[in-house]
Amino acid sequence: MLSLSFFSPPPRSYLQNPIFLSTNNPRLNVFTNDPFAGVGITSPEQPLVTPAGLRRELMPKHVAVIMDGNRRWAWSRGLMPQAGYLAGAGALKVVVDLCRKWGIHVLTVFAFSSDNWLRPKVEVDFLMGLLESVLKDEVASMSRKGIRLSVIGDVSKLPQSLREFITQCENTTKNNSRFNLVIAINYSGKYDIVQACQSIARKVKDGVVEPEEINEFMINNELGTNLMPFPYPDLLIRTSGEVRVSNFFLWQLAYTELYFTDTLWPDFGEDELLRALHVFQRRVRRYGV
Amino acid sequence: MIPRKQVEDERSNGMIGKILGGLNSTLRKLLFHVISSRPIPEHIAFILDGNRRFAKKWKLTEGAGHKAGFFALMSVLKYCYEIGVKYVTIYAFSLDNFNRRPDEVQYVMDLMQEKIEGFMNELSLINKYGIRVLFIGDLDRLYEPVRIAAEKAMEATAKNSTTYLLVCVAYTSSHEIPRSIHESCQEKSGATAIRVINGNGHTNENHGGHAMIKVVDLEKHMYMGVAPDPDILVRSSGETRLSNFLLWQTTNCLLYAPKALWPEMGFWQVVWGILEFQNNYKYLEKKKKQA
Repeated sequence: MLSLSFFSPPPRSYLQNPIFLSTNNPRLNVFTNDPFAGVGITSPEQPLVTPAGLRRELMPKHVAVIMDGNRRWAWSRGLMPQAGYLAGAGALKVVVDLCRKWGIHVLTVFAFSSDNWLRPKVEVDFLMGLLESVLKDEVASMSRKGIRLSVIGDVSKLPQSLREFITQCENTTKNNSRFNLVIAINYSGKYDIVQACQSIARKVKDGVVEPEEINEFMINNELGTNLMPFPYPDLLIRTSGEVRVSNFFLWQLAYTELYFTDTLWPDFGEDELLRALHVFQRRVRRYGV
Repeated sequence: MIPRKQVEDERSNGMIGKILGGLNSTLRKLLFHVISSRPIPEHIAFILDGNRRFAKKWKLTEGAGHKAGFFALMSVLKYCYEIGVKYVTIYAFSLDNFNRRPDEVQYVMDLMQEKIEGFMNELSLINKYGIRVLFIGDLDRLYEPVRIAAEKAMEATAKNSTTYLLVCVAYTSSHEIPRSIHESCQEKSGATAIRVINGNGHTNENHGGHAMIKVVDLEKHMYMGVAPDPDILVRSSGETRLSNFLLWQTTNCLLYAPKALWPEMGFWQVVWGILEFQNNYKYLEKKKKQA
């Protein structure tokens, strides 16, 4: 029966170091290559800090952010959109530092959607240049602070220089384990699922996998987030007041708490992040039960 | 002293009751007429959250919360169809809900069966309004009597096409998407086999067939392929999460999370949701065109 195959145990080859939490929800079986995932590794010089009013055990492990509102921020000040993006980059640095300090393991930021190619060329070129210069400026600091950088999305369409630099940054920081910063560039949730599906289809064609074995776990392992510790965000923050997901994570957002704020991204700082975490910690997460 | 029951009967059945009821209905129709001057969503999806909290809040048995939720559902559907919404999808029962206490699952299954059978008794009215009912999800996971009742209801309303009610039962997106991939793979491999059997000689082309699964193939095989993507997803009780509902279909959909628990949902929440949709209409249309 078709329905039974989706709940049969996954083939052993697809399980990699699962960490089983005390719940029977299969989505919480985390598959990761990182042997230190889930362990609060800190350097002796910088212990984790828990802000007042928050509980350490309820801190989200993975926070995702849709950094919306840069252009509106610029227009409201009579500036060009490029100024908004620059201010947004500054806000991102602040948020990365705070998340690292407060013991959040993974921060994923939606830097560039596959829909954003439709923006004016001048803006798109500026964004690509900004991404490259921010990475160049920050790679040394990331190595020092134990930040591991990964990029998800279809990088094949990015400018050559940016692509090469991304590969270089990922290699330089791949052994860091204090904090994971994931940047989604030219990413779309649908694209992620379609490429996972095509990869599975190739395996079916090659006879590695039977069609009846296609299940949730297999898709987990083919998505762009498969190598991440804690691939599913606990909290998604979207700034600028828009209340939608906009083709960011789709599969991964099944049980994510969504938080929407009217604050524009360049104005998002410590207070706003604290507010989001307070709201998150008050939520009762039932995972469908 | 007039007995209380007599007063209540007078209120509901008497002349004053009828006049007030008629006035209420007229005002409502007038408001809907005004709202309809701007675009109305074609498809609204609802997550029916908060029945158990409602029961706890009013110190009722848990089952009473689900029953109250059913009455709220009937009101909300009535308002949606009155205002001109063509597709309404409801998240009635998730695959994850099978992990709840067995007595609660049994209660909900019995309630669904009772309501579906009650619905079948009103078939002439349903057909008069042209409502087509579809049960979306892994129906084999439902208890047998519920599955049979659901299939009968789908068959009885199959010819209707004015409005659609999609009831998601035994549904999660993380079941729907792998199933869609499975069916797409099977379709592609089936097409490959057919081409080989017919011997048209393009065997090299066929070997690439599996890797060419596209978005349209997946969407064709989704349970929700029978309806367009929702324009607005409403989750009652103020929780803002998707709970594995329509993850694929809500890519650019507006999310609306009123604080009312599901049994408290009604007219104003529907109106407010539609007004929110109208405020965001231009952006949503732009995204649809890009897609």
